[in-house]
Amino acid sequence: MLKYLFAKEDDIPQGTAAIFFGVSSIAWFIIGTGLGSFNAAKLAFPDFFHGLYALQFGHMRQVHVHAVIFGWIAMAFAASMMYITPALGNTKLWSEKLGVWNCLLYNVGLCLALALLWSGVTSGREYSDHIWPIDLYIAFVMVVPWSLNVWMTILNRRTQGIYTTNWFFAACMFMTIIVFLIGNMPEWLHLTGLNEAYMTWWFAHNILGLLITPVAAAITYYIVPKVTGNPLYSHRVGHLHFWSIVVFYSTPAAHHLMSSPLPEWLKSFASVEGVLILVPAVAYVCNILLTMQGKWAMFVENIEIKFTITGVLLAIPLNMQGGFQQTRAINWYIHGTGWIVAHAHLALLGFSTFAEAAAVYYGMQVLLRRKLYSASLANFHFWMLLIGFSLYWTSMTISGLIQGAAKIYEVPYVDVVIAEHPYMIVRWLGGTMVFFGNIVWLYNMIMTARVGDIVPVGRQPAEVAYTR
Amino acid sequence: MAFREYKIGCWMFGIALSLSMFITIVLPGLDISSMSSTKVALEKQLTYGWESGFNYYDPFLQGKDKPIKVTLTKSPKTGAAIDKTHAYVFPAGTHFPDGLTHDNILGDGVQQVSESKGRIGDATEEKGGVFLVQTDANDTPYIEYATATRGWTVAATLKAADEQILAGSGKTIFVREGCWWCHTLLPEETQDWQDFGRPPLVGDFNGESPTTFGSDRKAPDLLHVGSRNSSREWMTMHFFNPRLVQPHSIMPRYDYLWGDKDVDGKAVDLAAWDEHFMRYAAGDEIYPPEVPIPAADSEARKLIDFVLNLK
Ligand code: HEC
Ligand code: HEM
Repeated sequence: MLKYLFAKEDDIPQGTAAIFFGVSSIAWFIIGTGLGSFNAAKLAFPDFFHGLYALQFGHMRQVHVHAVIFGWIAMAFAASMMYITPALGNTKLWSEKLGVWNCLLYNVGLCLALALLWSGVTSGREYSDHIWPIDLYIAFVMVVPWSLNVWMTILNRRTQGIYTTNWFFAACMFMTIIVFLIGNMPEWLHLTGLNEAYMTWWFAHNILGLLITPVAAAITYYIVPKVTGNPLYSHRVGHLHFWSIVVFYSTPAAHHLMSSPLPEWLKSFASVEGVLILVPAVAYVCNILLTMQGKWAMFVENIEIKFTITGVLLAIPLNMQGGFQQTRAINWYIHGTGWIVAHAHLALLGFSTFAEAAAVYYGMQVLLRRKLYSASLANFHFWMLLIGFSLYWTSMTISGLIQGAAKIYEVPYVDVVIAEHPYMIVRWLGGTMVFFGNIVWLYNMIMTARVGDIVPVGRQPAEVAYTR
Repeated sequence: MAFREYKIGCWMFGIALSLSMFITIVLPGLDISSMSSTKVALEKQLTYGWESGFNYYDPFLQGKDKPIKVTLTKSPKTGAAIDKTHAYVFPAGTHFPDGLTHDNILGDGVQQVSESKGRIGDATEEKGGVFLVQTDANDTPYIEYATATRGWTVAATLKAADEQILAGSGKTIFVREGCWWCHTLLPEETQDWQDFGRPPLVGDFNGESPTTFGSDRKAPDLLHVGSRNSSREWMTMHFFNPRLVQPHSIMPRYDYLWGDKDVDGKAVDLAAWDEHFMRYAAGDEIYPPEVPIPAADSEARKLIDFVLNLK
């Protein structure tokens, strides 16, 4: 990596930035899920590793969340954008050098940010936990250069139109910057009171809704047609998806605070807009699944399609939950329970992670021009992720329903803690499977880079047979 | 090639996003900002000070730059007996909460009375001072700057105090230690009245930052915990090792907040304590080890003050 930092732009091979981001994302995936598994152990057995006070649950939880979101998810996005955007514009990345620097400073910044959070230096706001100097760093050193690379590549494209994936990339990076800067306003401007609480959730909602889900979707818009060879089922439905995301997903922030004393009109508005999120959701899922027509065999045979389509299928329960759990009728029962934790992992560890894993699998093979080292290990990874996630989701959903029931029957709280104990253990086991699966993935990727079969020029990795 | 053929799209995008922000930021902001502070909000601001998360004056969240809440039964000026009163002492240089420095936080009526009757306009951070929360004849709560109205100075008030409650510093520790990842500070409007008490009102938060509602409840709501359980002894044992008083608790131990020395200056030896506790847990000892009483300036003491102050 270091040798490219000061190289001339033309001497840096195309795809370098994407490869660096890809490798970093896998490393952060391992770190992030390891931390998650550790936290889960703490919630199952509070005296697990007691005595090491640096490893307190209250200090570690947000480190897990930010390691997986900024480390794994966002870096996998960066990796994907840095090879998909040029590919779709029939051009090269605007600046590989900027990309390489971006990746370095991204990793450095993330380490610093997590170290500070770990030591308890926090703004005290969920999802915008980082202190404002770090927020500035994230915005201007981590995200702006990355966006610049994406935008400039699209502007310099050599194709007529812009494909769906690239609209999403360009628009989402723009919205992310706006949301990030406005969402952290409570810190710059020292907003207080309910305004501060509301803006905290405005940020959390929009960063998930305008960055994480649409970019994951955009990636599948690329991977599925590219790997199956089918054209996207409908560009128009893609439009519907895009515009309904912009209009409906950017408005229901208040549904995270349904039981707080926010103005009633705001809560009702958010709740209705929240149901309307089903419009982009249904449009998207149908579009992708219809693109698969005639190629369903690849769902079983091809590792990238297997990951992507699993992610898309997981988006169905995700959106059904999302659409309805924020209506007043349902929200009061599940608000603040394990149900929400299960939902968050369905979105991030289910839908989004599966889509990105596919993009990283595919991208690394294309960029390295090497066939994946082992299909069996990749399948092993897939099943570890899927089974681990399913255990996680099921156990936390059940524990959420227990908590919900306990709210109504006014059970003393400690009885809820006792009742949840078995599910906490299952969650820990499930999460740990994900963690081990990821280590296998890293090994598989390293071996691919070293000894994977060379993919001939002009061929797709999917067209080359596995030798192992 | 540029975005030429996407001109209309770009415009539509800009308009849609601006409209969405207008509805979700500007309108709610105006609506929420128009709410007057309740008495609770005045008390919270004066207890917690300017900011409980990361800030310039306390970058490592150690509970610096915070006011001290005191209980008085005699007047700091004359020494004459008075009804039990809570006063909020801001030593010189302590930063004021927004309600004292911005005129749009308290809400119209409250601001007016606080200025006319309470004389908060006279207070400055350099001088510091003593504040009270009062209610006027129209039931409007207001802040009184007792240093101006009654001549209560910082030093005299601290000296006359029966009790100093370090809840402001405690809130900083609460934020730093991440208690709000398990506990909420927001009884829900729909069903929490019985168990956890009155849900807060719109005006209960003016000037507080951060509000740390918590989103993910794995433990009892704490907004009114001090009314449910006001035993300092229970809290002390519970924070040192929750499983001393509640064997099934999943709450972490906070024994490291005790620092090096307990209240008598004896060294706190966590390893030895643990060893004894393990023997007790295994049935080899009849009694668990004594929990040391936290020193007056320890973080544990501040945290316990904060929790007990949540009435
Ligand atoms: C891992 C989750 C967790 C964390 C972190 C946590 N607690 Fe708890 N806490 C619990 C659970 C579970 C209970 C209920 C069982 C019990 O009484 O111990 C509880 C109980 C309490 C109680 C008694 C509540 C009542 O209704 O009587 C108080 C007070 C309390 N915690 C304060 C704190 C403070 C202050 C912190 C931060 C320093 C904190 N807790 C951190 C899980 C947690
Ligand atoms: C890429 C994968 C993952 C992502 C993106 C992710 C993301 C998140 C998010 C966003 C939260 C906050 C949830 C909320 O506030 O409701 C969270 C909490 C948590 N995650 Fe993960 N997670 C991932 C994987 C894992 C794994 C593998 C484990 C292992 C068990 C795990 C364990 C936890 C735990 C224990 C919490 C705390 C939940 C609580 O406070 O009740 N996560 N994670």
